[in-house]
Amino acid sequence: MRSLWFRKLMSSSITLVTSVAACVVIGMLILILGYIGATGVSELSIGFLINEPKPIGEPGSGIAPAIVGSLVLIAIASAIGMPVGILGGLYLAEFASSRFGTALRFLIDTLTGVPSIIVGVFVWTVMVKPMGHFSALSGGVSLAIIMMPIVARTTEEMLRLVPDSMREGALALGAPVWRMSLGVVLRAAAGGVATGAMLAIARIAGETAPLLFTALNRNYMSTSISEPIASLTNQIYYYAGSPYEEWHSMAWAATLVLVSMILGINIVVRLLTRNRHQQ
Amino acid sequence: MDQAVTNRKPAVTRRFFSALFGSLTPADWLFKQSTLLFALAIAGSVVLIVVEMARNSTLTFEKFGWSFITRSVWNPVTDDFGALPFVYGTAVSSLIGLLIAVPVSIGVAVFLVETAPRKLATPISFVVQLLAAIPSVVYGLWGIFVLAPLLRDHVYPAIQSKLGFLPLFQGNPNGLGMLTAGIILSIMVVPIITSVTTDVMRAVPSFQREASLALGATKWEATLIILQNARSGITGAVILGLGRAVGETMAVTMLIGNRPEISASLFDPSFTIASAIANEFTEATSEVYRHALVELGLILFVITFAINVVARFLVWTATRGQGKAAHA
Repeated sequence: MRSLWFRKLMSSSITLVTSVAACVVIGMLILILGYIGATGVSELSIGFLINEPKPIGEPGSGIAPAIVGSLVLIAIASAIGMPVGILGGLYLAEFASSRFGTALRFLIDTLTGVPSIIVGVFVWTVMVKPMGHFSALSGGVSLAIIMMPIVARTTEEMLRLVPDSMREGALALGAPVWRMSLGVVLRAAAGGVATGAMLAIARIAGETAPLLFTALNRNYMSTSISEPIASLTNQIYYYAGSPYEEWHSMAWAATLVLVSMILGINIVVRLLTRNRHQQ
Repeated sequence: MDQAVTNRKPAVTRRFFSALFGSLTPADWLFKQSTLLFALAIAGSVVLIVVEMARNSTLTFEKFGWSFITRSVWNPVTDDFGALPFVYGTAVSSLIGLLIAVPVSIGVAVFLVETAPRKLATPISFVVQLLAAIPSVVYGLWGIFVLAPLLRDHVYPAIQSKLGFLPLFQGNPNGLGMLTAGIILSIMVVPIITSVTTDVMRAVPSFQREASLALGATKWEATLIILQNARSGITGAVILGLGRAVGETMAVTMLIGNRPEISASLFDPSFTIASAIANEFTEATSEVYRHALVELGLILFVITFAINVVARFLVWTATRGQGKAAHA
């Protein structure tokens, strides 16, 4: 048996080491965010947000098409992904028999684990190739595929938190099942479903890989869903790979916009659901 | 969910209805079936992904058969393709990522569960999760302009002067390569491993800790008991992290150097399956070339699928009975 002081020393040093690990990870986040903030803010201006890109050397270049493009892509993805995800989740929570539900959940969770680049390849084969051209629509569809399983599973979880007495109450008042599901159960869980949906939006807003060969990219303003479209993430990738100093600083500024948006959503959701986390 | 059909229809009609719709009214039956359709659409996408990818990789499969996986040539000019360099690059970069991320993540998880007071643990675990919210392309950007120069100018020369005799650390480190990609992956998988490990540790009944403390164990010895109890779940967490690392695309594409060669040195550029697809798919001019890339994707799909199934099973067994679903 080792001496007690040795064991106590061991115990305190492990505590120290784990605290250091936590500090390192938090430090890493501060380092990355700090660098993005410090580098991005110098380029950031109103003009940067509302101007179109200009050729190298010309002042007043902006990323407006990328911002608009990202919003269009997110809108398409949400228009498809949200209803499918929410109603699919509703089926899982309200109707699925245990064995069939398990099988469905297994496949849905598998979809969550599919690397996003593979979703891009898939959408290319079923949409871009038959249609013969890249389009905002196909980009939106690939984001929707990433979004659906996330929304479905959070919706399911949220619906399960709704007490059965509410269901029984609705039925006892003579409401049909569809009325009970949509008007009572889903409404009671609306807050949770909405936060899940917001997190899903934050997730797809940062996706690049599935857009590479679906939405492609383009350098000027477009809102047409049948044509290629720019996105913040693709624009950052494009600028980062370029040899120009000027584009590099634009990449940092675009990153600042993107990351503020994504972390903003995450933090807002957190604040809204704080009570649930504090148990 | 049962609801009797309460309308005053003749018995025959009622029997017909209940045979068709069960205990539901026609409107409710329709509602149920349409939500089922949506659930099936999500689940069916996975099946469709596999089918489509298989259909779009027939050319290379016919040409090379199973040897596609073990061939190490990648020559689009002569339409000669093999997956080995990419499988190798994917495996090694992910393993480097795990090698760094696993001890750190378990450290953080132990800190969160055993050391930090609850008031502190909650915000800290949220902050750690924010790392997962940062997009992959942002890690790539940061990697190119901050991490890679730092490693190239300071860290890699230092490693080389001490351990340069190992084949692992030979060659000319220019900052972009296997090791850099592995390091960025490690940062990216810390959140998932940490959060699942934390869940799994919390799922170990606290009497385990209390009993060891009562027998005179130090705090660390008690923690060790917890870790031992949670080991299958922690293995699941690590494998989940592996699944994340294997499928990571943008950051790796931007940092790994993108050369389809198998090299012993970790400083050399390499290629992963995901980064090969990201890089070359739009440039694939011939049909065979594109099929080769899709078949790479299919291999990646099978790998991540297997990894996720194993991981989810392990985590599910570890947290079962805690009323907590394991999130994959």
